[in-house]
Order: sequence, then C-alpha cells, then structure tokens
Amino acid sequence: MTVIGWFQIILYCAIVVALTKPLGWYMTRVFNGERTFLSPVLRPIEAGIYWMSGVDEKREQHWLTYTVAMLLFHVGGFLIIYGVMRLQAMLPFNPADQSAVAPDLSFNTAVSFITNTNWQNYGGESTLSYLTQMVGLTHQNFLSAATGIVLAVALIRGFARASMRTVGNFWVDVTRCTLYVLLPICIVYTLFLVWQGMPQTLGPYIEATTLEGAKQTIAVGPVASQVAIKMLGTNGGGFFNANAAHPFENPTALSNFVQMLSIFVLGAALTNVFGRMVGNQRQGWAILAVMGVLFVAGVGVCYWAEANGTSTMHALGLTGGNMEGKEVRFGIVASSLFAVVTTAASCGAVNAMHDSFTALGGMIPLINIELGEIIVGGVGAGMYGMLLFVILAIFVAGLMVGRTPEYVGKKIEAREVKMAMLAILILPLMILGWSAVAVVLPTGVASMANAGPHGFSEVLYAYSSQTGNNGSAFAGLTGNTLFYNLTGASAMFVGRFLMIVPAMAIAGSLAAKKSIPPSMGTFPTTGGLFVGLVVGVILIMGGLTFFPALALGPIVEQLAMNAGNVF
Amino acid sequence: MEPVSKPNKRMPVSAMLDPKIVLPAIGAAFTKLDPRSMIKNPVMFVVEIVAALTTVIFVRDLVTGGENLAFTFQIILWLWFTVLFANLAEAVAEGRGKAQAETLRKTRTESQAKLLSGAGRDYKLVPGTSLKVGDLVLVEAGDTIPSDGEVIEGVASVNEAAITGESAPVIRESGGDRSAVTGGTQVLSDWIRVRITAAQGSTFIDRMIKLVEGAERQKTPNEIALNILLAGLTIIFVFATVTIPSYAAYAGGSISVIVLVALFVTLIPTTIGALLSAIGIAGMDRLVRFNVLAMSGRAVEAAGDVDTLLLDKTGTITLGNRQATAFRPVRGVTEQELADAAQLASLADETPEGRSIVVLAKEKYGIRGRDMAELGATFIPFTAQTRMSGVDAGGSSVRKGAVDAMLNYVGGGAPTAVASGNTARAMQPAALSELGREIQAIADDVSKSGGTPLAVARDGKLLGIVQLKDIVKGGIRERFAELRRMGIRTIMITGDNPMTAAAIAAEAGVDDFLAQATPEDKLKLIRDEQAKGKLVAMCGDGTNDAPALAQADVGVAMNTGTQAAREAGNMVDLDSNPTKLIEVVEIGKQLLMTRGALTTFSIANDVAKYFAIIPAMFLAFYPQLNVLNVMNLSSPQSAILSASIFNALVIIALIPLALKGVAYRAVGAGALLRRNLLIYGLGGILIPFIGIKAIDLVVTALHLA
Repeated sequence: MTVIGWFQIILYCAIVVALTKPLGWYMTRVFNGERTFLSPVLRPIEAGIYWMSGVDEKREQHWLTYTVAMLLFHVGGFLIIYGVMRLQAMLPFNPADQSAVAPDLSFNTAVSFITNTNWQNYGGESTLSYLTQMVGLTHQNFLSAATGIVLAVALIRGFARASMRTVGNFWVDVTRCTLYVLLPICIVYTLFLVWQGMPQTLGPYIEATTLEGAKQTIAVGPVASQVAIKMLGTNGGGFFNANAAHPFENPTALSNFVQMLSIFVLGAALTNVFGRMVGNQRQGWAILAVMGVLFVAGVGVCYWAEANGTSTMHALGLTGGNMEGKEVRFGIVASSLFAVVTTAASCGAVNAMHDSFTALGGMIPLINIELGEIIVGGVGAGMYGMLLFVILAIFVAGLMVGRTPEYVGKKIEAREVKMAMLAILILPLMILGWSAVAVVLPTGVASMANAGPHGFSEVLYAYSSQTGNNGSAFAGLTGNTLFYNLTGASAMFVGRFLMIVPAMAIAGSLAAKKSIPPSMGTFPTTGGLFVGLVVGVILIMGGLTFFPALALGPIVEQLAMNAGNVF
Repeated sequence: MEPVSKPNKRMPVSAMLDPKIVLPAIGAAFTKLDPRSMIKNPVMFVVEIVAALTTVIFVRDLVTGGENLAFTFQIILWLWFTVLFANLAEAVAEGRGKAQAETLRKTRTESQAKLLSGAGRDYKLVPGTSLKVGDLVLVEAGDTIPSDGEVIEGVASVNEAAITGESAPVIRESGGDRSAVTGGTQVLSDWIRVRITAAQGSTFIDRMIKLVEGAERQKTPNEIALNILLAGLTIIFVFATVTIPSYAAYAGGSISVIVLVALFVTLIPTTIGALLSAIGIAGMDRLVRFNVLAMSGRAVEAAGDVDTLLLDKTGTITLGNRQATAFRPVRGVTEQELADAAQLASLADETPEGRSIVVLAKEKYGIRGRDMAELGATFIPFTAQTRMSGVDAGGSSVRKGAVDAMLNYVGGGAPTAVASGNTARAMQPAALSELGREIQAIADDVSKSGGTPLAVARDGKLLGIVQLKDIVKGGIRERFAELRRMGIRTIMITGDNPMTAAAIAAEAGVDDFLAQATPEDKLKLIRDEQAKGKLVAMCGDGTNDAPALAQADVGVAMNTGTQAAREAGNMVDLDSNPTKLIEVVEIGKQLLMTRGALTTFSIANDVAKYFAIIPAMFLAFYPQLNVLNVMNLSSPQSAILSASIFNALVIIALIPLALKGVAYRAVGAGALLRRNLLIYGLGGILIPFIGIKAIDLVVTALHLA
C-alpha cells in the first residue's frame, strides 16, 4: 500500500461526499415537482409526454397502484428486449450481421436488463447488433435506473409523509427522473467520455492491418452513450465483453476515476434527498456514514490484500502486489477501488477480473454484494435496501430506550418488520439456495473454471451478483448454459422484484401513519451510536448468514494458499 | 405532607427462587411441551420439532448401531433442556400470578344475595351466582357484596382489602364519584342498595384473576412484531444451515445431521424466544404489585410510549385540600372581624377548606369554636347554583363563596354573564362598586400567587377575602424533571382560573396547564395531542372523566371512582393514587427495554457460536479452518457440545433478568441506548466467547466429548 494509493481513495471519497449535497438538493426539487434551472427547456417536453400518454400528473397513486404500474412497465421492457434480441438479424443497425440470440440467453439477458443487473452471459461485440445495444439495452439502462431511484423516492416519501394514502405517481416520477436527472447528466458525461477517446459511432467495425500484417477487426459503436448511463445508473453492462477493462470503454486514468465517481454519485445523493424530505439532513448524513464505514473498511481490506500479493507469487519471485487479471494502466489501487465501488453499488462494471484477485481481496466484493448492496448501492435500490436494514436495526435495538421503536417520526411496527424480514429473506434464499443446487449438479459443476474452494466461490459469486442485481462476474464460470441462464434469471427476478414489493408495502404503511414529533425519549438517529448500531446489525444479520459459505469459499482458499495450496 | 417517593417494588431474587413457585413451575415446564401450546412460540416450537426428530433418529441409530452415540445423546439432551428451560421461564413468571389468583379466588366464596323486588326493603335470598345485570340487591353490615355494582341508595363503609390489600375501610355512597362497589368486598356498617353491573364470571375480581394468571394473555402489538422478526431470523438460519450439506458434498466431505441441528438451534434466537412471554407476564405482574391492574398488555406497552401526561392538579400535584393561609380584609375592616365572620360561616362546613378556616382563625386570632345549636344558627349549605355557603344566626347572616358569586350576592342581581361565567374578570369593572373593585383587586392578587380567593360577607356587606392555598406535594417537582428527561410532557388539569393555575404550574414545574377545564376541554386537549401523533396518558375517577379516559391511550381509573370511569379506563389503580401514573410509564418502558435488551443479546451471541461450530464442522475436510477456532476449543465435538450447552444455560441465567426487567433510568434516550448497547450488544458478543470456552474446559475435564 502506498501513500499515493490512499490519497486516491481519500480523494475519491471526498468528491463523492462533496457532490452529495448539491445533487441531493437538485433531486429533491425534481421529485417534489419544483422548478429547476432546466425547467424552461424540459417542462414542455415533460408536459408533452403526459399529454401523449394520458397521464394526469396531479393524481397520486396508492403504493399498490404505484407498484403495479412499475411491474407493468417492466413487462413491456422485457418484451421489447426479448423481441429485439430474437429478431435482431432482420432489424436495421446490424452492420456486423449478428444472428438472432438464443431463446434462453435472450431470456436471461432481458431479465438481466430490466432488473438493473446487467449480468452478461453474452459477449457484447460478438453477439449483439447496434440496435439491440441501443434500443434493447441502453433504454433499459435508463429506465431500470430511473425505476430504482423512484422506488427509493417513494419509500422516502413514506417516511416523510404523514396520514396520507399515496406515495407519488410512478409515471410522473419515472419521467421526471429520466428527463431532469439521468438525461442531462448523461449528455454532458457522454461528451466527456468522447473527449477522453471513447468511440461513439453507428459505423461498422474497423478492419485494421497490424504491424505483422495480420487482419484485425476492431469493434466500435455507440459506446460512450451507453457507458455513461451504464455507470451513472449502476447498470454495469458493458458494450464490450471486457467491460471497463477494454481501452475503448475506459480509455484513460481520468475516465476511470470519473466512471467510479459516477457509480456512486446518485446513490449517495439519495441519502441527502432522504434527509431533506424527512426534514433533517443529518438523518441523510447518518445513513451515508453507515455506508461510508462499511465502504472504507472494504476498500482497506481489499487494497491491503491486493497490495500484499500472495505467498505463492512471492515464492515464484514475483515481488509486490497481485497484478494478475488487472489492467497495467490502472494498477492495484484503481482496480481494488473500482472492484469495491462496483460491488458496493450494484453496478457490476469491472476494470479487472475479480476472479484473479487474492482470495481475501475477492471476498470483499462478494461480501459487499451479499450484504444486499446497501453500501451506497444500486441507484435507489441501495437506498431502499439500506432503509430495510435500518428498520430492522431500529426495531431490534430501539426497544432498548423503552419506547416502541420509531425512525424519523414513524413507528416501526409488525407490518414494517414483517415486510423488511420478507425482503431480507430473499438474499439467503436465492444466493445460498441456488449455490447449493449448482455445486451438486453435474451441469453446475461443469461450468466452473477452477476446482475446490475457488470454483465454489465462482458459483457463489454468480448467484450473489445476480440476486443482488449487481451483474459483475467473478469470471471463470461459464454462465451461458441453459441451467445458469434460467436459474440466474430467477435469482435476478426474485432479487429485484420480491425485494421491491415489500419495500413498497412499507412505503404505503409508513405514509399512512402519523408522524411523531421527536422528544428527549426518542431514539437518536443522527449520531455515531446509531451509525455503529446499523453497521453492527448489517454485519451480524446480513453477513453472518453467509459465514458458512464464505468459510468454504474464499476463507478456506486464502488459508490454503497461505499454506501453499492453490486451486 | 405526603412525600412523593419512588416506590421500589422490584422483586428480590430470593422471591423468584421461592420453592413454592419454582417447584410447580418445573412440573409445568414438562406439561407445556404439548405442541398445541408450544406453537404459540414459533422459535421454541421449531426447537421442539428438531429435538423430537433427532430423538427419533437417535433411537433408530441405537437399534441399528450408529457412530458417536454418546455425543449425539448429549446434544439431544441439551436440545430438550433448551425447550424445557424456555417453558420453565414462562412457568416461573406465571407462578407468581397464580399464587395471587389463588388468594383472590378465596374472596369469591359462594355468597347469598338479598335480591330486592321493589322499592321497599323486601328481599328474597338468592345465590350470588344467579344475579343478572340490572338486578337490585340490598347489602347490609356484615354482608359480602355479591357482584360488581353501583350504589343507588345509601352510604356504607366497605372493607376492600380483598382487592387492594388495604385494611382501612372506604366510604361508598350513592351519587358522586364514589358509587362503585366491587363484588367480594364486605360492607362493615350501614346498608346500601346496589344495582348489579356485572354478571358472574365477568366481575372485577374475575377479570383480575384471569389477568394475573395470564389466562387471557394476548400478545401485544410489539410482541407480535418481535415474534415476526424472530421467525424471520429462524427462516434465514434454516437457509444458512440446510445448504451446508450440499456445500460440504462439493468439498468432498459430509456433515452429520446432529451437528447441523446443533448449529441451527444455537444460531436461531432461542434466548429471546424462550424468555419473550416471561418478560410480558412479568411486566403485567410488576404492575399488579404496584396495585395497578392493566386490562390489556397493549395498555402497558402504550404506557412506555406515552408522550404527554395529563395530571389532575388536586390530589396529584397538590395535596388534595386547599388550606386557608391568610385573612385579607378590605379597608375599614380588621383582620379579627373578617376572621370572626369567616369562622362563623365555616363552623358547619365539613369540607377540608372549611375546617382549615376554623383552624386558621383559632391559631392566628384565638377565635374559639362555637356551638351552632347554642347560637341558634342554621347552616346554609353550598350548592352548585349559589356557589356559596354560610350561616344564619340571630338575624345576622354570614356568607362565604366564590368571588364572582359573592359580588353577585351583595350586588343583588349582577349581569347573568357573571353568574354563569367562570371568572370574576368577566364582569365589567364599571359595573362594580368601589368596594367590589377593592375585593376584586385583592382576589386577583391572591390568584396571581397561586391561591384561591374566597370572599366573605356579613349581612350583605363584603368584609374581605380568605386566601386558600394549594399545597404542592413535596418531591413532585423532581418527578416532573425526571419525566422531562424521559421525553414526557406534563400538563396540569385544573378547574382554577388561569392565574392561579399558572402560579401552581410554575411552582410544581409542569410543562403546561389547562385552566378552568371542563370535561369537554379535557377531551379536546387529548384529541389535539393525539392528532400531533402523541400518546396521551391520564387518570380520572369521575363519571365525567369517562370520555377522556376512553380517548386517552393510557387511561388509569381510580378504584374509588365510578363504575363508568372504571369501565372507560384501560387500567385501574387499586390504591387510587394518581401519582402512580409515573410508575406505570416506567413499568411500560422497562417492559420494552427488557425485550430489546434480550433480543440484542440473543442476536449478538451468534458471532461466538459461529466461531465455535463452523471450524469444528468443516475440520474433517478443511483442517485449515482451525484458524477460526479462536477460542481454542479442545475438539470439534467438545466445541459443538459446549455451544449447545451454553445456548441452553444462558436461558436459565437470564430468567431473573427477564422477570426483574432491565433497570430504567431517566437519563434521555441517547445515554440509555449507549449504556444498553454496551451491556447487551457488546456484552452479547463477548460473553459467549468466555462462556463457551469455560464450558469447553469442563466438558473436556469430564471427558464428555
């Protein structure tokens, strides 16, 4: 570990924190329907969309209506992606003449993109046409991100409102989120990426002649526009198979740094939106602090493990850290940081192969995902996931002040606990359940690239990543098989929607409650004590569930490696 | 002066280990193994099922000859102990209530009732059990009151020791706020005519028996939520354990069922699951020991959440009676003259205020008591219409009363607004004579100092004002400060005018006051507070308190109160001591805190259990994992057995805490949380490391594994 390495990490954290407040202020205005500096340009477009689609923007929805609208919206999204993938050979913008995508892969990919997972069992440049990338994937990159954000906003409204039946209007929220938040940032961001050297073209792949005289096909395409939203919306689905390790998808050190920033900014800003909406920004900062503690701890361990390298490598005379599977352009710090950021948030873009990390270093991304991706998390999803844990933490320990637990003025009662428990149950059910099935079925084991605990980690990571809607892969595992395509799709679907429905039920139930003014007897939720408590509950309730599995995967692998055994 | 001290009624440990309670409880622990009763407690029910299944497997292995039978047997034994200890905790908690119920039952002996047929005193003897609601009965000296009812005629002294434990008799009379009688209590003197208000089986004592026995114990909202959390955690750990064999198979090893079961049972929150109902029962029991009966557990829980406390001034904040402290004559009248007239007017006045005037006149001016009959005096009693009282003697008439009423009296027909208005200030100053204005000035001065002015007139001429003063109870100020630290706002309710109320409020240190309060005002205040999201507690005794008692989230009715009030409240204070509302709040908080503390402790315990069992479990095929054996437990079997034993024993160790409750301190939520998190959170992580290691040493020494 180096001083300059830590300086990068600290600089990164400082910029994220600095952006939280202004962006939170702007997003709060957007979701409260107030005027912003973009309103003169965007308001007519927004009004036009409502007029065309017949949405009454004044009319708010009950949580159930809101949720059903969201689900219907995704059925539509699913059909579009599935259809385009199956028919891409007959559709335009297919200069590379890609053929139709197989049914199970199309299914997996469609679910993957509507759930904001962007798990890629396909190789982008070798499977998909430009049309599929743009119409199928990029549009879902926007909408699944917008959906995550508006669901978080709906839950925040549940906390902020009192004695109300409604939590907002899904169509209005999604429109405003896309128009006022995602699009403007993406346009500027895309231009920045193009300036950094990223391709943005509808032209065909380039045929080049190498120095040796061999022919090489260089894949290009509308890369920058997709990368912008892939990062900002924590989607993570790369244009190229190599994702952010590909020079066209991550040309410079600056583009790498900005990409990492863009993964976190919206998620972090939502904590400020929460604080502003419930009327006390410190409530938002406390949540960001919980995320920050877990994040810095993760980065520390991962960076330490990677910088130390492995005893096996040292024995071979390779001094220094572990550079296997890392881009030389980025090195250890930028790769470790990127890995922790992309898994803390449910982005899943990668600039290094997590599979090649040391066992301990690779365990951090795994834990990040298994905790539910609540460390900043996927845009919106991280916020509502974190609020679920906060509800549980408050409920467990809040009783210790001698009152029915309450959070930001709302009593946490049987209904909230039930829904939060339901949502959190999903993680071990999908992750541990499917892993248990995969490691005993021959078809599951056949896909592993490595034997022993490392192979086990690959499977565990795959299901963790899909259930958590992360989308990053440990690599190594051959995911494009019927078994993994279908079980993975089910993990992604359940991990997304079965978490959302209980979260929305909580939003509805909270919005209907009275708000209790704080007093001396109220559990204080803005101080270090609260932060420590939530961190503890997340680690014990979220983390310990996975302890047996982690012991059999990365932990035993690291211990074996220390003893000189590799897998 | 009655000091307001904090009664300390926490149960001593010795009382909990009373063999009279513990021995039957051990028997009950076994009968409670019935799955039909176990299912109410999902966590322990799961443990019971698992214990039963492993027992079946064990018996099979015994017949077919399996491996590690001694180890398996020990684990199964401790699984059963875990369930039994949970049942024992509940049974011990119920034990105290049962003993109390037994005493109560004795009072409910078969009694004969004198059923009245008409308006006269003709009655026929019928068994008390045959009485219906609405029946009229006669109860005479020596009779036991057959059922709950309302006195409709007569006055009697009643021994209510059966329900209050207080042997001094109380007066029960028709009309007013002391008309309710309780079945099972005994009339000592005189007779009363009673209308029965409760059928057999639903009387106050019946309900009391059921409550203390816990027979009709319903889970409180918070308990339900907690049970959901515990059930959810149990399911999570099902996922965590059932997937292990498959992972082990992949790694080329295998895990025996008994080891998986041991891991599962130690991980699920058995500690809190075992003690949850004992905590609830003990909470109710603590109230009963304070002589407060909660009609539901929900009310006890709500008490912990109370944000606003409405307290009647009289009897709660001040001593029940106002006392005369000064005579303040108008110009031209001596204090002696005023005192003489006031004393004469009060001679026949048996109210505490009246008596205090006589006492003051004697102490200050040496005016001796006079015999009414000797003076040939007739007493003019106080009525709500005249709002004055006095004496007519020898052609002279003396009156004393509320200032506005007296001004009206001497003025001979002031505007009606004055008569019906509540304050003398409602009168136009211009309409007053000079004397009237002087009286008014003195009265205002008295009010501002927190006193109550009483005007005195002889033969239609105002002489001056008697200053009555409320005496604020000693120590009450400190109690209110404590409530403030708990985050509870106190509001004083009084019929006094705002000036007097403000002065007393300042003296007592309440946060707010409601002056000249009518029952409607009270109800409105409660609704307003509730609309702000606050929970309100109040106590009351009169029939006109009933709507407010019903509206309040916690309504404590005084046992001396009317039947209507007792029905409306959700708690009854048998001692009729309104100050107790504060203790009720504390007990509610203690109940919630104890649950929270043990839940936190239970979940935090899992960390150590993982470190004990996981390395032991996988050691056969991944010996490297012994690094995780941070406790350095002697062998895998010993580790697993020790964790299971710790898991069972910790239940027994925590029964006293569950019954006594976690001590509540009014130090503010932040400090309280820090303290409890340190003890039960951090302690919950560390203690099992020490405990499991210690048990491992014993297990190894005894060669148990």
